[in-house]
This record gives sequence, C-alpha cells and structure tokens, in this order.
Amino acid sequence: MHEYSIVQALLTQCEEHAASNDATRITRIEVKIGRLSGVEPHLLHMAFDTFKEQTVCDGAELVLEIQSVVITCKACNAVTTLEELHYRCSQCGSLEVEMSEGDGMYLMRLEME
Amino acid sequence: MCKDCGCSITPDHHHDHHHHSHDHHHAHENLHHNPQLNDKKTIEIITKILDKNDHQAAHNREHFEEHGVLAINLMSSPGSGKTALLERLADLADFRFVVIEGDLETSRDAERIRAKGIAAHQIQTGTACHLDAFMVHEGLHHLPIEGAAVCFIENVGNLVCPASYDVGAHLNIVLVSVPEGEDKIEKYPVMFRTADLVLITKTDLLPYFDFSVERAKAAARALKPGVDILELSTKDDESVMRVVEWINFKRKMRG
Repeated sequence: MHEYSIVQALLTQCEEHAASNDATRITRIEVKIGRLSGVEPHLLHMAFDTFKEQTVCDGAELVLEIQSVVITCKACNAVTTLEELHYRCSQCGSLEVEMSEGDGMYLMRLEME
Repeated sequence: MCKDCGCSITPDHHHDHHHHSHDHHHAHENLHHNPQLNDKKTIEIITKILDKNDHQAAHNREHFEEHGVLAINLMSSPGSGKTALLERLADLADFRFVVIEGDLETSRDAERIRAKGIAAHQIQTGTACHLDAFMVHEGLHHLPIEGAAVCFIENVGNLVCPASYDVGAHLNIVLVSVPEGEDKIEKYPVMFRTADLVLITKTDLLPYFDFSVERAKAAARALKPGVDILELSTKDDESVMRVVEWINFKRKMRG
C-alpha cells in the first residue's frame, strides 16, 4: 500500500503549487498513471480521499488518466502500444525496445481558485 | 483555458461558448461581477509525483559515487533469501561491503549481518512497505561507507511497493525463490522490470518443487530482454561466487 506515500507526495506538490499561485483551494487534480507505474488507481483514490481532508485539496476532484505501455523499437523505430507485457517490437520482432510511456506517475494539471 | 473567466474549457472548445448551459452562463456572470472569483485558474504542471524522492535518490547516488561505492538494491518477497545471500557474500566476496537493512520491525537482519563482521544499519520503516530515498539517506548518516566497495540496500520484503521508489542505487537485484514459484515473475512485472539481475534462489530445493528454471528465464526476458539471470543456492559456494563475479564485473564496468 505505497499509494499512501504517493498521495502524500502529491498533496505536498499541490500545497506548493497553491501557495506559489496564491490559491486557497484546489478543485481538480489531473494525474497520469502508467499501467506499469506500480500504482493501483482504486487504492490511489482511497488514499487521496483519506488524506485530502484539511489540506488545500479538501473537496478537490482527483482525475486519473491511465497511460498504456508504449514501446519504441531501436531497430526499426516502430512504436507499439502493448496489450500484453511482452517487450518485443510488433513490426520487426526485435527485442531492442525501449519503454517510452507507461511506467511514470505525473501530476499533469491543477485547477485552483 | 477560457479567456473570459479562466474556466478550464480549452481553446479548441472556445467556439462552443454559446452552447454553455444556463448554469455556466450564470456562473460566468457571477465570475465577471465578483473580482475575487476571477482568480480561478488551471495550471499545467507535468512533474513526476515522486520528484522529491527522485531528487534525493540522485543525491544519494552522488554520495555513493564520491566514495567510489557501487550501490545495489536487493528486492524480493519476504523470505526469498536476501539476508542469507548477504551472509554468504560476507564469507566469500573479495570486496568490502556495508549493508542498509529495511524492515517494518526488528533489527534482526542487521544483527545477522553484523554477526558476520559487516557494518550494517537497520532502518525500521514502521508501517511503510518500502524504503524510499530519504530513509536510505538517513541510513547513510549512520553507516560509514568509506573504504567499502559496495553498499547493499536490502529493501523491505515486498514485490510491489519497492519497485516504485528509486532509493539511489546503481543496480537492482531481484530475487525469486524456488518455493515461491516461477509465476511470480509474470505476476509482478513492475518489480521484475526493474531488475538488472534476477536471482533464482534456493535452487537446492528444485527436486522438491515444480519450478521450471527455463520458464522463469523466459518470463523474465519477456519483460526485460537483456536482463541477467543467475541461479543461487547458498549451500553451493560456486553459485555464490557467480554473484560475486557479476558484481565485480559491474564494478569494473563503472570504472
């Protein structure tokens, strides 16, 4: 259940952004979570609802965008969105692939007042 | 963003303004007549949620590098043999090392390592299911790394949470033991993708379990084609020495 630690990091960022923008309240938080980020969206929502109280995010809506895993082939540059977690280029079969999306956790956008 | 009131309607939809609901129009009017409410705004951010951790992790890595220490994060489920591996490395490795131990409770692991004459510091995480870069940094204040070639960070036994946290190590070793079953690799892809070396441990138990080393290797390489894989039995010195050789190779490759 490291979602609690992640939410605490997220709330700290929100507090900082609210302070630097002279906002008193954050109303909407948009977050992008990769399928391979190791974060369970449902647990993240639960953790957020638990910890947001008495912070600048109390009452804010947490919106999660789930990012699929995308690999880029180093041999032929083909870009593949993975349905299964098999790291192999769908075009040329090369195993020389890099994950270009899908393992990150990003705070994307904040709505505040 | 709506140029009139700062609501989060994107420029693409600006031409739709006349379709706004009555409520929205009403809200617009309120906003325009109430200067305090005109401050509502949307800001684009795009930062990693764990950027503070990552920043601290980079700092930890610099600290290791200043001292010429290779830092290795050991991760696995509880009971896969992380501490047992370190005990055997204490017997057989030809390099000096120190250990940072992470557990929810007890200092038992650090005591086991110290009993072998190796400097070790125990971090008790309480309820936290993983080590983060700040905990490791704190641990480094209690552990002299001068003169050591390697610092092992034995993470909390858990195949999920530690995978999300960069602790400032250079390399990750992920262990999976024969009694756990080779399916753990496919079941915990986030963890096994982080591995630089997958260690299949307790191979002396292979005769008693339906564990296929070949299937385990195929599963690990489906997730990460270039990953190194070694088999280990702490009862077999040769297999421990292969881990020592792997670490020595990595030390050389980092100059």
